[in-house]
Amino acid sequence: MPVNLVNGPNEQNGYMKTIFSHPKSLRNISTHYCPGCGHGIAHRLIAEVVDELTIREKVIGVAPVGCAVVAYDYWDFDCSEAAHGRALAVATAIKRVRPQNIVFTYQGDGDLAAIGTNETIHAANRGENLTVIFMNNAIYGMTGGQMAPTTLLNQKTATTPLGRDFRSQGYPLKISEMLAILPGVKYIERVSLHSPQEILKTKKAIKQAFQNQIDNLGFSLVEILSPCPTYWGLSPQGALGWIKDVMAKEFPLGRIK
Amino acid sequence: MAIKKILISGNEAIAAGAIQAGCRFYAGYPITPQNELIAYMAKYMPEAGGVFIQAESELAAINMVFGASGAGARAMTSSSSPGVSLKQEGISYIAGAELPAVIVNIMRGGPGLGNIAPAQSDYFQATRGGGHGDYHSLVFAPAYVQEAYDLMQRAFDLADSYRIPAIILGDGILGQMMEPVSVGRQSSVVTGDLAGNTKNWALTGCAGRKPNVVKSFYLGEGDLEKFNINLQKKYKIIKEREQLYEAGFLEDSRIILVAYGTMARVVKSAVHSLREKGKKVGMIRPITLWPFPDKVFQQLAINNKQLTFLVVEMSYGQMLEDVKLAINGSSPVEFLGRSGGGIPDEEEIINRIIRFAR
Repeated sequence: MPVNLVNGPNEQNGYMKTIFSHPKSLRNISTHYCPGCGHGIAHRLIAEVVDELTIREKVIGVAPVGCAVVAYDYWDFDCSEAAHGRALAVATAIKRVRPQNIVFTYQGDGDLAAIGTNETIHAANRGENLTVIFMNNAIYGMTGGQMAPTTLLNQKTATTPLGRDFRSQGYPLKISEMLAILPGVKYIERVSLHSPQEILKTKKAIKQAFQNQIDNLGFSLVEILSPCPTYWGLSPQGALGWIKDVMAKEFPLGRIK
Repeated sequence: MAIKKILISGNEAIAAGAIQAGCRFYAGYPITPQNELIAYMAKYMPEAGGVFIQAESELAAINMVFGASGAGARAMTSSSSPGVSLKQEGISYIAGAELPAVIVNIMRGGPGLGNIAPAQSDYFQATRGGGHGDYHSLVFAPAYVQEAYDLMQRAFDLADSYRIPAIILGDGILGQMMEPVSVGRQSSVVTGDLAGNTKNWALTGCAGRKPNVVKSFYLGEGDLEKFNINLQKKYKIIKEREQLYEAGFLEDSRIILVAYGTMARVVKSAVHSLREKGKKVGMIRPITLWPFPDKVFQQLAINNKQLTFLVVEMSYGQMLEDVKLAINGSSPVEFLGRSGGGIPDEEEIINRIIRFAR
């Protein structure tokens, strides 16, 4: 069939089809994130998954306190704020009140594994039918680069100027491995944003965690190793390399449960 | 539900009144002296088709209430003084996100772990906001088990109407005491104006509408101030419209006793005894502590320059400040109070009156 040269190849004449577009669940605006930050990628992956599972009209997101505090400005679906660390308490109640909705939290390492550890453990232990997106960048970004529970040994931060020393600051907390022993937990996978290939795996894991909730299987968590070039003191490219070569050694990628 | 009369504790009456008022979400953490309340909820909330969660902490409980309320449910938590201190951050978020919620504080002695004896020393915390920021909660102080039951309807209705947290401020005596209560009837207290309140702000999924966001965060220049000005406008309307009190013998009294909650029961007995002795004493019992019923005080102070007020509290003088603010120097204000286990008894009150009435 000859191409209509006036209109050019398009979807109507069958010569082109859309394989990539802006997700409906993501507003078409610029984010406030630093160059090379992983939050924008993770936001988009969630939006793509919400679109693909056609759950935009019933999803309710719970945003954290941290760099992603205004995630609800970027996602185009219902969202709640939560006090720092309390996202899983808020999400527990939303899901119990509205079991027909799909409820997820989006939390950083400080939110989920320091100030909110108690809420995290008990929501998981109750086997709440929730999806948790856990952004691990080994640092407190919003407050200016202080030590996180997941900060690596010897990693320099605003509050570990000589590097994290286990003798006074403990070890990187592996909350995903800790949660895996709880019978209420259905699914935990650690993924990373350091390469296009890993990003695709991340999307697959996020989709699995949402599908589990749709299927009423229980608590699902995806831990995402995410770059913070600003507070790691690295270039965006260097930050990706650091995840691959250093961070992923401490936090091994793959299915945990 | 048919009207029937049952013998029930204050804690149970508050729980029963909440369920009757449409509360369908409760999260709490055990603490004495309010444990009958959480146990009642555990048993009867599921029967009412609602959600009961024993939370891992007071922090989790109040934030569950935040979530449940954000999702449109009538939601409540309860605790006693130290636990209510833990909830303050969450209450501030609820006020900031303009969510309706009911928080019950069955007060015990403080500061710190204090003891489990009844007290009224959380008045400041309840009426001044309690957490960070310029906000208020409605505060109701029942003195009778029946009133505790009845006020739950009003607390939930007004919380919804004004999108504001409402606190039920009781004490260990009210919580533990059993009295006959008529349950199942429509509340005798007039309910708030619910017209147009469809909770179109709630998180239900964005089907057929623009997405809703429940938040208290205003980062843009001038945005928070604008929000706070609107909050203050709302508080002004509430102060104008929602003051509640019980009063007796105001017309011919030279001494007016002021007390709320359990303390007011003792004061009422003292007033009756003094009246029998021919003493011209009356009383005011604030039922709303915020808004404080200042209008009745102002009216009295304007009309009668010879009055003396005696504030009696199970604290070292917290409501006292609101009485003084209401009267604004136009009458003397005396105080009698104990806290930490002691409660001013009828004899102490009568002796005090006789001493300064001479």
